[in-house]
Amino acid sequence: MNDRALHTDRSGVLTRISDKLWRNPRLTILLLITLPALWLGIVYLGSLFALLVQSFFSIDEFSGLIIYEFTLKTYGELFTPANFDIIVRTVLMASAVTIAAAIVSFPIAYYAARYARGKWKAIFYLGVMLPLWSSYLVKVYSWKLILAKEGILNWLFETLHLSWLLEAYLSLPIVGGNSLSVSSTGTFLVFLYVWLPFMILPIQAALERVPPSMMEASGDLGATPQQSFRHVLLPLALPGVIAGSIFTFSLTLGDYIIPQIVGSSRRFIGQAVYAYQGTAGNIPLAAAFAVVPIVLMGGYLWVAKRMGAFDAL
Amino acid sequence: MHSDRASTKLKVAAGLGLSFMHLPIILIFIYAFTTEDKSYQWPPPGLTLKWFEVTWNRPDVWEALTLSLKVASISTIIALILGTLCAAAVSRSRFFGREAISLLVILPIALPGIVTGISLRSAFNIADIPFSFWTIVLGHATFCIVVVYNNAVARFRRTSGSLIEASMDLGATSFQTFRHVILPNISTALLAGGMLAFALSFDEVIVTTFTAGQQQTLPIWMLEELVRPRQRPVTNVVAMIVVLVTFLPILGAYYLTRGTDTVAGQGK
Amino acid sequence: MTSAVAFTSVSRHFGSVRAVDNVDINIAEGEFFAMLGPSGSGKTTCLRLIAGFEQPTAGEISIFGQSAQGVPPYKRQVNTVFQDYALFPHLNVLDNVSYGLMIAGISKKERRIAAEEALELVALPGYGGRKPSELSGGQRQRVALARALVNKPKVLLLDEPLGALDLKLREQMQEELKELQRKLGITFVFVTHDQGEALSMADRVAVFNDGKIVQVGKPEDIYYRPEVPFVADFVGSSNVLPPHVTKEVKGIAVTAAVRPEAVRLGEKGLPATVRSTSFIGTSTRVSLDLGGFQMIALLPKGQIIPSAGERTHVSWADEDIHLMEQADE
Repeated sequence: MNDRALHTDRSGVLTRISDKLWRNPRLTILLLITLPALWLGIVYLGSLFALLVQSFFSIDEFSGLIIYEFTLKTYGELFTPANFDIIVRTVLMASAVTIAAAIVSFPIAYYAARYARGKWKAIFYLGVMLPLWSSYLVKVYSWKLILAKEGILNWLFETLHLSWLLEAYLSLPIVGGNSLSVSSTGTFLVFLYVWLPFMILPIQAALERVPPSMMEASGDLGATPQQSFRHVLLPLALPGVIAGSIFTFSLTLGDYIIPQIVGSSRRFIGQAVYAYQGTAGNIPLAAAFAVVPIVLMGGYLWVAKRMGAFDAL
Repeated sequence: MHSDRASTKLKVAAGLGLSFMHLPIILIFIYAFTTEDKSYQWPPPGLTLKWFEVTWNRPDVWEALTLSLKVASISTIIALILGTLCAAAVSRSRFFGREAISLLVILPIALPGIVTGISLRSAFNIADIPFSFWTIVLGHATFCIVVVYNNAVARFRRTSGSLIEASMDLGATSFQTFRHVILPNISTALLAGGMLAFALSFDEVIVTTFTAGQQQTLPIWMLEELVRPRQRPVTNVVAMIVVLVTFLPILGAYYLTRGTDTVAGQGK
Repeated sequence: MTSAVAFTSVSRHFGSVRAVDNVDINIAEGEFFAMLGPSGSGKTTCLRLIAGFEQPTAGEISIFGQSAQGVPPYKRQVNTVFQDYALFPHLNVLDNVSYGLMIAGISKKERRIAAEEALELVALPGYGGRKPSELSGGQRQRVALARALVNKPKVLLLDEPLGALDLKLREQMQEELKELQRKLGITFVFVTHDQGEALSMADRVAVFNDGKIVQVGKPEDIYYRPEVPFVADFVGSSNVLPPHVTKEVKGIAVTAAVRPEAVRLGEKGLPATVRSTSFIGTSTRVSLDLGGFQMIALLPKGQIIPSAGERTHVSWADEDIHLMEQADE
């Protein structure tokens, strides 16, 4: 073996490249980051930029061709009553879904974080992960089966002799409709179902960081379980709820498939984007509509950040 | 006692919540066997296996499935490379633009899919790129990067920097260190990330409708069936197969990432 | 004779932070050399410069007479025992120890023999099949040592290797490391913030402060003859007398050091007030106020212990006061 302290004679192509990288740590970082940065920068940011640019164009009403000139006219069209209705309806739906998801998620997340141990912990984890990752379309499809006129839900109401109750509910304005599968209640149920796991996981993560001794301390200081829950657990879980709500809110804002398959003919933002860019060929208006969820989410994220939601991600 | 009763209520609420999440998927499995082919009748008037045979002989289903598998495989490979590189750079050191890069990776799934979809479509439109297999892959790879990145970055953080220094100290070049130290330590995280990316791509429909043109992936095939049901029994069978195909990688990823956490403690 | 490691005006800056500032070191072959200083004083950066994990911003490092400029760690016959041991979690103990030999292309059989020998050297024979996660802190430390030594390094670098161990184990390992170094004759460079460890093990100690070496010397010199107030204070916490007090006692206006155990209380000397006393096992520690500066006295068992608030006088034997050059400021 070589008896010298420094083996400067060791060479080979890879060794020489390795030497070069060692001498320039910045070059190493540059080599690592270039490819992903280029991809995301060009493909993704470039596309977002293209979207933004398109939204400032307008469409010639007679020829249907895009006029490539800067204008705010397209954004102005968002505020026509019909279009503004779509935005309000989508935001209301997203809010309703988010609130309901938080309420349904809490017991599952709380049980999984505090009581489930060993085997049950794994079951709860997979029980949330599998629906989260299983096919979105299949999940929507399953609700088409459930809500169908001849489907399991109507059958259940009939079997229990409660059809009158369902009919009374469906005759209500706004939430009702001809049948569940064409009512906004149906749309709401499917949204809730599909995005529920996105709410459970962050709440569970937040609750797992609350040491059990904290609830004991609260009880020790004389709080009833309800008071402990209200004053200790809920504030500590709030960042998780907000993190989850980012998902449920954002996903509902941008979805166009669920309201198309289950729901009334009243449109949501996603459907408007899809319809304007597709059959109508009005890409500028579609782009302007797509900017709405970005702006709404930007505002929402800003508020969420100030409330400390990102610590729970 | 008071706390006991609260716990029972909690158990019921948690149980109901979990059932709400799983019963619809179970329903899919039952419908795959129904003899009824004109409606979604419940309860099924009878059970049969014949729709599996019908589906097996449907070339359009096979074409869509093949396309989906191809897109998912190639998108996963691209996402694996880009996500790992990105994770390595971000976890290795602080550099100018590091925060921006980590935000940029997450953005494609943080923003609604329709935004990503319409953005890509506008870009293809402006750049005059015709829709093809590769435009689908471009979109899928972009939102799959984050899945690989999240898995890899967590593992890189746990693999302390001194391991890399120790390896170089013992005579290994950067490449030998990658081969003998870094790769074995991150391989399960990469495998898990790759599996999840595959499942994500295999199932994606929102972005795909904007980037696919005439091509039909399996989710797009299903979407058309959902909007205008023509072959209900075949759709039922396909839905069941899709559930099974996506469950396997997810279970695999779960066992892989779980394994690494426990192996250290339990030894042989 | 060429030095094992020589630094000539070496600096390492991180942005505006001068982690190592114009340092000169000469470490002789076969020496047990300690680098002592508080955290952030530049001692670990110096070690990393020798290993090749950092490159100097300015100055020249040579190892056994060869310039280390631009030589990456994997080309240096220098090995490191890391503070967190940095054992490869995916390899068992035997594969950890033989890693360097595997990279060097030594045959499987030979490296197995060498690795088992190295494990015997650190008193861990038969542990080869275990995973690092199954070992105790002390055992991991030994594996890290074996993994470095098996490559027969010209210089062995140890970065606070005993920091994570409990007191008893630490004292035992100090003995063993010293013994091992004597047996192998390899140059050891040892980084620590524990002055007791540095003084008891090293042939020579370099005391670091603020990126500079403030004193290099044999342990006794460092302990009894500090050249600057920082060394007096940091190594065994000597009392530092301000120049005007030294002038009163010795007639010369320089800073001086008096070790706490040399301080006597009684009728003669400088007037002082007792602030507090505390029993620390072998002796009692008395904190004194001399009107403007503080002193500490360590009184052995059997002496009369004054109580807080009492007035007394402090003195010391003439050979126990050590005058320092007015180096700083």
